[in-house]
Amino acid sequence: MRLTNTLLSAFRALRRNKMRSFLTMLGIIIGVSAVIAMLAIGQGAKYSVEQQISSLGTNVIVVLPGTQQTGGIRVAAGSATTLTADDALAIQKECPAVALVSPGTRAGGQVIAGSQNWSTGIEGTGADYLEIRKWKVEYGDFYTEQDIKTATKVCVLGKTVADNLFPDASPIDQTVRIRNVPFKVVGVLAKKGQNAMGQDQDDIILSPYTTVSRRLSWFTNLRQILVSATSSENIPIAQNQVAELLRMRHKIASYDADDFTIRNQADLATAATATTDILTILLASIASVSLLVGGIGIMNIMLVSVTERTREIGIRMSVGARSRDILTQFLIEALVLSLLGGTVGILLGVTGSRIISHVVKWPTIITAFSIVLSFGFSIGIGIFFGFYPARKAALLNPIEALRYE
Amino acid sequence: MISPGNGRPAEGSGQLIRIDHLVKTYLLGEVEVHALRGVSLQISQGEFVAIMGASGSGKSTFMNVLGCLDKPTKGTYRLDQIDVGQLTRDELARIRNRKIGFVFQGFNLLSRTTALENVELPLLYGSTSHRDRRWQAADALETVGLADRAHHYPSQLSGGQQQRVAIARALVNSPSIVLADEPTGNLDSRTSVEVMEVFQRLNDNGITIILVTHESDIAQFAKRQIVFRDGKVRADKANGSQKIASEAVREMPVIDDEGDE
Repeated sequence: MRLTNTLLSAFRALRRNKMRSFLTMLGIIIGVSAVIAMLAIGQGAKYSVEQQISSLGTNVIVVLPGTQQTGGIRVAAGSATTLTADDALAIQKECPAVALVSPGTRAGGQVIAGSQNWSTGIEGTGADYLEIRKWKVEYGDFYTEQDIKTATKVCVLGKTVADNLFPDASPIDQTVRIRNVPFKVVGVLAKKGQNAMGQDQDDIILSPYTTVSRRLSWFTNLRQILVSATSSENIPIAQNQVAELLRMRHKIASYDADDFTIRNQADLATAATATTDILTILLASIASVSLLVGGIGIMNIMLVSVTERTREIGIRMSVGARSRDILTQFLIEALVLSLLGGTVGILLGVTGSRIISHVVKWPTIITAFSIVLSFGFSIGIGIFFGFYPARKAALLNPIEALRYE
Repeated sequence: MISPGNGRPAEGSGQLIRIDHLVKTYLLGEVEVHALRGVSLQISQGEFVAIMGASGSGKSTFMNVLGCLDKPTKGTYRLDQIDVGQLTRDELARIRNRKIGFVFQGFNLLSRTTALENVELPLLYGSTSHRDRRWQAADALETVGLADRAHHYPSQLSGGQQQRVAIARALVNSPSIVLADEPTGNLDSRTSVEVMEVFQRLNDNGITIILVTHESDIAQFAKRQIVFRDGKVRADKANGSQKIASEAVREMPVIDDEGDE
């Protein structure tokens, strides 16, 4: 029997029981669309984490104060207060693999400009901060090394802050009061948008770290030192040089642990993508369980169909259908069910992912791979779960099949 | 057509079926059932044979072997000089497709399929092209006088018409034999005779017909009658008084109700 005829009679057989065929397909539809949507969410999460990490800048190394130890109990990284501005200067001077260094500290508070106010974070930085993070000033200028030395009360506003404090006028050369300390606005940063977690990266004020620590945080040690290596190949070298230098400066004996933590972008990226990969695999495996259930649904309905149509099988055999013809017929029917279900499932999965992106604002990415995978899966399921019922039909004894009531 | 009489072998090309010492035993649970206990006979091209016997006489088993639906336990069955007992399942299917046409008591048509498509069914398992299939099927329907019902579904046809569709399906591949198993069992007497008329007409055109029936009235339309009892041939004789169905129909009263046709 030719393939076109087999296909035609498969379609006809499925049309005969529209409701039943639809319900059977529904299993596959739900399974495939779940797999597609889950992969899309996983890929989207991975992408945005990667974006976030690359938004840190290029060749960036972050030095954080180490874990505070009190009687052997370690608290989170950054809890100790071991990093100083002199450490930052020393890194700049003595590590040949290091290109730029920006000491960092942080404060938060209310900012007032005229009748407007806004609460935001204030990042104390060095003069090379923008260079390291590959960020640009849109209007005005960035503060200089001189401003940092003299702890001038100047600041650069993020786009969001500028828009909220100065809705109508240019903020350049205006004065803002941060926690009642007046700062002169010298520049506005270019818009950077949201990061992966939905945080507004433009909701920030940058100011010399010296000013922030003296006027706003009263906290003289650094929260972090941002370092850029001379090239990406030099990142591990720079990391070693910084570590050695800091151990020396902090007088750490060779058997003692570091009192600081160094992380580079690649570490962060690997850790983060590993997490999102696990998330993706987890989501997809849960979704594939429903695909499996859909497959069992196909097998179930095909078995019912074979029993119902025993007489038809007998008739076909009596007019000359070989076992192989009957096998193909039922296998094709199962395959048509799963392929139709798969196609609808793909459409639904793609639409569903779009809706998730829109409504929940989660980034989703649909890769060709996930579509090929789920299509392949539905073919596999059709063949795998269709084979047993089809074989059962093909091995029927024609005489008994003809007599079947 | 020449009848070979008392089952004596007809030498030469006319010999279609040759059965020697055929034994068929099967297990029904733990019990061994001897359905056929040594049957030997020959049937030639162009015969019209009625196989008779009570239920349990082995005639249905014999029919299944003859139709290549079942293989003999012992003995040989040669169809067109081919020893059927040696064939595989697929080869048997091919023989059923090419050389044998079946007509069953319950018609056995595919219910949601038109008359024409039912007739086409055997051609689907051969190598006939789509176009040839259509006209061969239409041709076969015309032979049984149902050209105008080609696109009706079985449920829209009377019993007699359904049986004629089944006959058309049996004919469509130009088989050597048409095997009919109680073809009139579900039909009233007038329709039965009408169906027999179709068989006689086919037989006149040279098609070999083997008919299983337990009704002696129906067996009267055959040229040769073989009687089975307890798995053996008890009688095998030419029917000296073959009735002509077309004449018989004319003598029958027309049953006037909303039944057939």
